[in-house]
Amino acid sequence: MREPSPDGIASPDLIKELGYVPNEERLRKGPVAIFECVEPIPCDVCVWACPLKAVSMGEITEKPVIDFNKCIGCGICVGRCPGQAIFVVDLSKDPPQVTVPYEMGEAPAKGVEVELLNRVGEPVGRGRVVKFFKDNLTYVVTVEVPSPELVMEVRAVRPVRGGDGA
Amino acid sequence: MGYTGLRIHHHPVLTFRRGREVTIYFEGEPIKAFEGEALAAALYAAGHKILRYSPKHGRPRSVFCMIGKCGSCIVEVDGIAKRACQELVRDGMRVRRIKGYPVLKEAGGGAKPVEEVEAEALIIGGGPAGLAAAEVLGTHGVRTLIVDDSHRLGGQLIKQTHRFFGSRELFAGLRGFQIAEKYEEKIRSFESVDVLLRTTAIGVFKEGVFAVGEERNYVLRAGTYLVATGAVENYLPFENNDLPGVMGAGAAQTLMNVWGVLPGKRPLIVGAGNVGLIVAYQLLQAGAKPAAIVEAAPRIGGWFVHAAKVRRYGVPIYVRHTIVAAHGEEGVEAATIAEVDERWRPIPGTEKTIECDAVLLAVGLTPNVDLLRQFGAKTKYVPELGGLTALRTEYLETTVPGVYVAGDVAGVEEATTAIIEGWIAGYSMLMKLRGERDEWMKERERLLKLLKTYRSSPVSARVRAGLEKVIIGGEEVA
Repeated sequence: MREPSPDGIASPDLIKELGYVPNEERLRKGPVAIFECVEPIPCDVCVWACPLKAVSMGEITEKPVIDFNKCIGCGICVGRCPGQAIFVVDLSKDPPQVTVPYEMGEAPAKGVEVELLNRVGEPVGRGRVVKFFKDNLTYVVTVEVPSPELVMEVRAVRPVRGGDGA
Repeated sequence: MGYTGLRIHHHPVLTFRRGREVTIYFEGEPIKAFEGEALAAALYAAGHKILRYSPKHGRPRSVFCMIGKCGSCIVEVDGIAKRACQELVRDGMRVRRIKGYPVLKEAGGGAKPVEEVEAEALIIGGGPAGLAAAEVLGTHGVRTLIVDDSHRLGGQLIKQTHRFFGSRELFAGLRGFQIAEKYEEKIRSFESVDVLLRTTAIGVFKEGVFAVGEERNYVLRAGTYLVATGAVENYLPFENNDLPGVMGAGAAQTLMNVWGVLPGKRPLIVGAGNVGLIVAYQLLQAGAKPAAIVEAAPRIGGWFVHAAKVRRYGVPIYVRHTIVAAHGEEGVEAATIAEVDERWRPIPGTEKTIECDAVLLAVGLTPNVDLLRQFGAKTKYVPELGGLTALRTEYLETTVPGVYVAGDVAGVEEATTAIIEGWIAGYSMLMKLRGERDEWMKERERLLKLLKTYRSSPVSARVRAGLEKVIIGGEEVA
C-alpha cells in the first residue's frame, strides 16, 4: 500500500488505490465526490452529512466507503469534512469543474477569475467561479478548470491578486 | 512605535468583539487599546514585544504561553506585578516593564477578603474535560463549582477555529470556539453549577483549595474534586530561544484567535504535529504567511489531512529539520534551520537561514500536575503522555479517594478525548456522592467503550502504551 508523502501529499495514485476514484464511465456521467481521506481518523461527519446516504463506514476509525451510484456530487460533504479532504469533480461539463472548500475570506463571487492551486500550492492555471454556497462559515466553491487532467490536480483556489477577485 | 499591522481586521471565521478604544500608558507612552482585551495582546499589537527583562542577565522577555502559566509577561500594572496575558485592559492603566524580580505589593486597602465556599463537587479547570464533567454533575443536580483562571469558560477550545473530527455526539463538524460557546450556555443553564472565572487555584491546604480571584480570595471545599488543569507548552533548546517572538504555538493561537492580534506576519513553525499544522492553517486564515514548518522526525506527526490543508496553499514542510538559532536584536528577524540525522542532531553544512518575524514552538505539552501533587496523588513520569501524570483507575480516580483527573493533565491528547474523560469522571464523582446506580454504571461503561474506540487508531498507539503505565486497579486507591 502506498502512503502519503512524509510532508503530507496524497498522490492521485494513492487516492485511486484507496477506492476513492470512480471508473471512467461514472466520471464522465456527472459530478462526483472524490475523497482524499487516507488515515483512520475517528470521524464520521461525511456519513451523516450526505443527504443521499452514499457514504458508509464500519467503526468510526475506518475509512469511508462511497457509493458512486448514489453520489450526485452535490458538495455538501465538501463543506462539512473537518479535514477538508473531499472534493467534487465534474467531467461532464466543458470546461470541466472542480469543487473545493474555501475558508480564507469572502468567497470569490460567481464569474470571478481565480488562481487554481495544486496539492503543493503551485498555480496550475486560472478558472472562473461557477457557483458557491456556505456551510457553517466554510464556502464550497465550484470553479471551471482549463483541462480534464486538472480535475485530479486542482485542490484549492486563490483570488487573483490585483484582479477582480482580490 | 505605533502601527504594526498586527491587528486582524477581517477574518473568515471569527468576529472580534472589541471593547471601546481607550488609552493606556506603557513606560509613560500613551497607547491605544481596546477595553477588556488582554494587556499583553494590546502591547504586542502596539509593537511593544519586550515586556520585562530577565533578573540575572537582563535578557528581554515577551509573551510565551498567553494563558497565565509561564511568567514571561509579568509587568507592573498601577504598581502591582501582574501577568499581562491575564490582565484585561482598563482605561488609563499605567504599565511598566520589570527589570529583575517582581516585588510583591498589596493593592491599597490591604489584603483581599477571603470567602469560604462549600460544594459537592469542585472542578478545577473549565476546559473541555471540566465542562464535560460539569455537564454530567449539573444534569443530576449536584452542587458543583468550576474554578478557572481565564476570563472565559472553554479552556483552549476558545482559540480553535477549525472544525473538529468525531461523531455527532462529540460535536463533530463544529469549530472549537463554537463547542466552547455551546458548552458555556449549557453550563450556565444549570442551577446547581456555579462558575468562578479569573480565579486561580494555587494550593491545596488542609482547610481546602486556596484560590486567588480579582476581588477576593477563596477557600474552596468539596466532597469530590476534579483536577482538569490541562497542560503547558514545551520549550525547545536552541540559540536565542528566549528572543521576543519565540512563543508557544498555543500562545500564537490565543493572540490571533482570541484577541485578534497576529504573532507575526511571517512566522516559522517548529513541529508538524497537529498543533503545528493547525496553527499554520489558522495563520493563513488570519492573513499571515507562514514561512515554513520544520519537523525533526522523518515524517509529519499530525494527521495527513491537516498537512494537506496548508501544503495546498504553498506552506513548505521540512521534515528531518530543526531550528538551530533565532536571530534578531529586540525580536525575531530570522531563523537558521538545519537537517538532522537519525538521532535528531543537526548535520553541519546543511544550515539555511529563513526570514521570519516569529518562531512558534509546537513541540508538545506537559501536564500541569502541580495541584494533583499537592492533593497527594501519586504521579509517574510517562513520556508517551507528556511527562508526569497521575496514577488513576480507568474511572479516573487518583490514588487519593475522591480526587479525579481528566483531560490533558491526565495525559496530553486532544479535546474530544478530554470531553469523554470529563463525562466518565463526572459519573464517577456523581456515584461517589450519591451511590452507585445501574443506569449510571451502564452509561459510564458505554463512555469507556467510546473512549477506547477513539483511541483505537494507529496514531493513538503511543497514548495507549502510556496509559498502560498509569491505570491502576480500584484497590490501589489509598
